[in-house]
Amino acid sequence: MVRADFDRSLEELQAELVGLSEMVERAIVKSMDALERRDLAVAYEVVDEDDLIDEKRFDLEEKCINLIATQQPLAIDLRTLLAVLHIAVELERMGDYAEGIGKICLIIGDAIPVAMPKEFSRMAQIGLEMLRGSMKSLVERDTALANDVWDSDDEVDALYDGVCRQTFLDMVQHPNTIEADTHFLWVAHDLERIADRATNIAERVIFLVTGKVGRYEGQSDEE
Amino acid sequence: MQDLDAILQTRGLSVYYDTKKVVTDVNLDVARNRITAIIGPSGCGKSTLLRCFNRMNDLIPSARVEGQVLFDGRDLYSHDVDPTEIRYLIGMVFQRPNPFPKSIYDNVAFGPRINGFKGDVAELVERSLRRAALWDEVKDRLKASALSLSGGQQQRLCIARALAVEPRVILMDEPCSALDPIATLAIEELMRELSEDYSIIIVTHNMQQAARVSNYTAFLMVEEARVGFLVEFGESRQIFTNPEDERTEAYITGRFG
Repeated sequence: MVRADFDRSLEELQAELVGLSEMVERAIVKSMDALERRDLAVAYEVVDEDDLIDEKRFDLEEKCINLIATQQPLAIDLRTLLAVLHIAVELERMGDYAEGIGKICLIIGDAIPVAMPKEFSRMAQIGLEMLRGSMKSLVERDTALANDVWDSDDEVDALYDGVCRQTFLDMVQHPNTIEADTHFLWVAHDLERIADRATNIAERVIFLVTGKVGRYEGQSDEE
Repeated sequence: MQDLDAILQTRGLSVYYDTKKVVTDVNLDVARNRITAIIGPSGCGKSTLLRCFNRMNDLIPSARVEGQVLFDGRDLYSHDVDPTEIRYLIGMVFQRPNPFPKSIYDNVAFGPRINGFKGDVAELVERSLRRAALWDEVKDRLKASALSLSGGQQQRLCIARALAVEPRVILMDEPCSALDPIATLAIEELMRELSEDYSIIIVTHNMQQAARVSNYTAFLMVEEARVGFLVEFGESRQIFTNPEDERTEAYITGRFG
C-alpha cells in the first residue's frame, strides 16, 4: 500500500466521526428521557454536554483541513474528506436539536402537568434509527441502506404534520395549554429536523460512494 | 461527456520500438483550443504517444507506428505529409528548457527565419514573447544570451520559440518538472491563456498539475500483458473527482504507480 499513513488517517477520521455520532445519539436519548420524566438534572447534562459535541466537530474539521492541505486528496479520498466535513456539521446540528429539547425541558420545568404528544417517542425512535442507519451506511459504504434512511424521513414528516395539526387544535380548544403546546411545537420541530439531518448524512454517503448528489438510483445490486 | 471538437484524433494507434510494443491501440480525441493532459505511471507510453502527434518518433530509427493520427481529419503518417511542416504546426516544449546558445531574440527569430518568414521579424519576436508572458522581463535585454535566463524564463522562451512559427497545437512533455513551484504556476497560467488560441497536450507526472490546468485527461497504463493502453478519458473535473475506472481511481489517489 503506497499511502498506508494516509489510509490510516482516513480510518481514524471515520472512527472519530462514528464516535461523534454516538455522542449525538446519547444526547438525543437523554433529551427525550429528560422530557418524558421531566428530569431537569438530565436536561442540564444534555445542554452542558453539547459543548463537547461542538468541540469534536471542530476537531474533525481541523483534521480534514490538515489532510486536504498535506495530502492533496483526489477522487474517492477527496470525496471521503468532504463527506466527513459535511457529516460532522450535520451531527453537530443534530446535537443542537437535542440541546434544544433539553432547554425546553428546563423551560417547562417539572410544573406543567400537560402530557407530551404521543408521537414524540416514535419520532425520536425513527430519528435515532435513521442516525444509526446513516452512520452504518457510511462505515459500510452501503448506498441501499442510505436510500432506506432517506425513505424513512417521510414517516417522520407525516408524524410532524400530525403533531402540528393536533397541537394547534388543542391550543384553540384549550387556551390554557398554549404555553406548553408552543414548547411542544419546538420539540416536534427539533425531532423533525433530526430526521432531516440524518437524511442529509445518507445523502453524503451516496455522494461519497457514487460522486453524485441525490438518492441513489444506480444499477441494482442483484446483478 | 459531450462530443468534443477534435483537432487531433488517434485511431488504433500502436507504437513499437523494434518488436517491443510501447503504445497499444489508442483511440484518443484531442479537443481544439483546450488542454488535454496525459497521465500514467512511468513506462506507460505517455511521452511516446505525445511524440506521435508531431512525428517526433520518426527520429528514432527503431520506432514504428501503426494506425492513424488525424490532424483535422488528415492522416499525419500519410506518405505525402512532410514531417517538418507538421512540426511547425504542432510544436513541442520539452522537459528541460533547451534554448539555443544564442540571444533571446535569436532564439525566437530562429524558426521564422529558416522558415523563410518575410514579415517583420522584430514584431513577431515581440508578439511571441508577449504571448509567452516573457516580454516584460526581457524586453531590455533581447541581445543577452538565452542561457542567462532563469529556468522558468528559459522554459517560457522555449514556448515563445514554439509560438513564433505560429503552430496550431503545442505538445508539452513534463514542461515544469525542472522548475520551482512559482515558475510552475507561471507556466500553468500561461497554458491557460494560450489555450484560447492553441490546442495543448501536456504529459505530466504531477497529478495536481493535470487537475489544475487541463480540461480533459487521458489515463494510460501498463500491465504485464499490455503496454501503453488507454484506460480512461474524460473531463478532468470528472476524472479527478469521480473516475469511472477503478484503475484510474487507484492511480490518481496514489494507491499504485
